[in-house]
Amino acid sequence: MMVSLSDPMAPSPFRVQRVRKETYDTFTLELDPPHSAANGFSFAPGQFNMVYVPGVGEAPISISGDPDKPQTLIHTVRSVGTVTQKICAPGPGTVLGVRGPFGSSWPVEEAVGSDVVIVCGGIGLAPLRPALYYLMAHREKYGRVVLLYGARTPEDLLYKDELPKWRGHFDLQVEVTVDSASSGWRGNVDVVTTLIPGARFDPESTVAMVCGPEVMMRFTLIELERRGVPAENTFISMERNMKCAVGFCGHCQFGPTFICKDGPVFRFDKIQPIFATREI
Amino acid sequence: MAAESLERILGEHPFFGGMQEPYLQLFVDCASNVRFGAGEVIFRVGEEANTFYLIRHGRVALETSAPERGSAVIQTLGDGDVLGWSWLVAPFRWRFDARAMDPVRAIALDGRCLRGRSEEDHDLGYELMKRCAQVMEQRLQATRLQLLDVYGGGVRSKR
Repeated sequence: MMVSLSDPMAPSPFRVQRVRKETYDTFTLELDPPHSAANGFSFAPGQFNMVYVPGVGEAPISISGDPDKPQTLIHTVRSVGTVTQKICAPGPGTVLGVRGPFGSSWPVEEAVGSDVVIVCGGIGLAPLRPALYYLMAHREKYGRVVLLYGARTPEDLLYKDELPKWRGHFDLQVEVTVDSASSGWRGNVDVVTTLIPGARFDPESTVAMVCGPEVMMRFTLIELERRGVPAENTFISMERNMKCAVGFCGHCQFGPTFICKDGPVFRFDKIQPIFATREI
Repeated sequence: MAAESLERILGEHPFFGGMQEPYLQLFVDCASNVRFGAGEVIFRVGEEANTFYLIRHGRVALETSAPERGSAVIQTLGDGDVLGWSWLVAPFRWRFDARAMDPVRAIALDGRCLRGRSEEDHDLGYELMKRCAQVMEQRLQATRLQLLDVYGGGVRSKR
């Protein structure tokens, strides 16, 4: 059941069940859907919700939970603005408003039979985690699956309890790197793009899913192209100033498209001509 | 290690991809097989840089340090990577420390030998410079991305 399909502008009340601190400024919230949503909160990997703090405002937040577990809605939120600070602040029992899910999703069905490489940076892992859950739950349908994840420092890595478990899967290549670290860090130090040449996938038969800061995605797309992954097999999640989330207000217009309605996930060749155009 | 085996290893390394046989043999003449134990220092900042390494197996940390900030890793390198290019550019001194993070197996190439041969044969020098320029370009682009500190946050998260 899609909780507020009847009126996409009306938030539904979700109760905060648990708040987990990921990093010094990033938190993962587990939310209970309203009792009226008997089947929980269904969504497709890559979609987002508008999360509303009564009296403060609304912010678009990617869904970061498991699509096969709709009983709990999970958001990973970076506390950097007025609204997101309030979203992260409340303890269990607080009620937040949720509208959604909105937008396009990662092409997990279209990728069946192909290798899949996920490249993400910073909080960009959050919107890709549902896709990874899905791929792992249907592992037999895919070729090689690779996760390449970069963060600023070891302290900025998300899901520190899950990363070692993912690494433990014999059928999942997980490579993690940070931009800088003290000498005590035993992992990689370099930007995430440098992981691409050594990743094990067949470029001609690979679907790439990329999410992170736009500059990081720009460098990543060049490396994927250098490796031979076609633009029509490359998908990116874009980010703009989403407000209404249904394509009415035009705040997130991106050339001829709206990020909220036509995105946030785009096939790269569809937006390649305007991607990285400064004025758009 | 036999020269024949070194020739095979060098020929299979991405750094030498597409290199013609006679040139490859010149590199073999300047190459030797080396090993470093975990934690062993491969070179130190300020030392003369007359060697570079093709890492066959293991990881190497490039480190620097500053007073009150301690030691910091600026880059890690692994299987198939090229370690060091200060041997190619005057004044031929290492700018960073390199330390083996694990047991490392590598091919060491004598930079002084290669510089001399490149002066004698500019075609060889061009082949070498093309490959080193690619390593430098990748390092430069990665450094630019590091400098941008892109994980500071985006539009969506500013609300």
